[in-house]
Amino acid sequence: MADSHPLVRLETVALIAIGGFAGSNLRLFAMGVVPDTASIVLVNAVASAVLAVVVYEAEAAGRLSSRARLVFTTGFLSSLSTYSTFALQAALSSTPLALLGIVAANYGFGLAGVLAGRALARRLGGPRPAGGETA
Amino acid sequence: MSPALLSAPLLEALARATVTVDPEPAHVVGTGGAIGAVCRYLVGHWASSRLESGRLPLATFVVNVLGSFALGLVVFAGASESTLRLVATGFCGSFTTFSSFSVETVRLYEDGDRALAIGNAAAGLAGSLAAIGLAWGLVAAL
Repeated sequence: MADSHPLVRLETVALIAIGGFAGSNLRLFAMGVVPDTASIVLVNAVASAVLAVVVYEAEAAGRLSSRARLVFTTGFLSSLSTYSTFALQAALSSTPLALLGIVAANYGFGLAGVLAGRALARRLGGPRPAGGETA
Repeated sequence: MSPALLSAPLLEALARATVTVDPEPAHVVGTGGAIGAVCRYLVGHWASSRLESGRLPLATFVVNVLGSFALGLVVFAGASESTLRLVATGFCGSFTTFSSFSVETVRLYEDGDRALAIGNAAAGLAGSLAAIGLAWGLVAAL
């Protein structure tokens, strides 16, 4: 593997940390301008859509290097989205209907985001080769 | 002059400095986020080399359940505002991931593992809610 050298791995970890710093701050910003529950739905849907673009684009055309993908997806996008805050909001919801609404909104918009990102990636990168690799 | 007399004003000055230091929320959240992202990368690396069984995305499941448990602990323990920023919004928010979870679930579904995809979605939620419940129980018991 290209990242087997300790210095390369250290650089990867440092870049993931920078991505984590930026992603968590963008989430904090969203939580400041949009109400709490809606902001988590928003960041989860947007991050899911962008991640889908990156993952499916890698199958179709692969313009980004695997290391750039790793740093952007593992560092920035995964830190922008959050499962724990979503789960806590669901656990603390006042009624069963509110719990259902929070789960449906996050899962529904997250799924819609992935499908939209996949469609965009396939449009950008041409037809998907049969039996594409798993990212 | 005795060491006690020397150290008292020094300690007082240090305490005053500590109290007046009020780091930017963005720095605190970002620091927690950076640590959380690196920990997710390391745990993911560890889990995928040891726990991955078949097509199940266990690494994401593990970080989401662990992160939800940690978030439950700090929230139910009544942590201070800055601790919540560092650990809850920063660390736990970054350590757990919704985007990887949703993309992995869709990929399971489109690869024909439909029951596994639905099971993954249900297990992620059930595991995280159970972890939060366990954290609540632990804090209540202590």
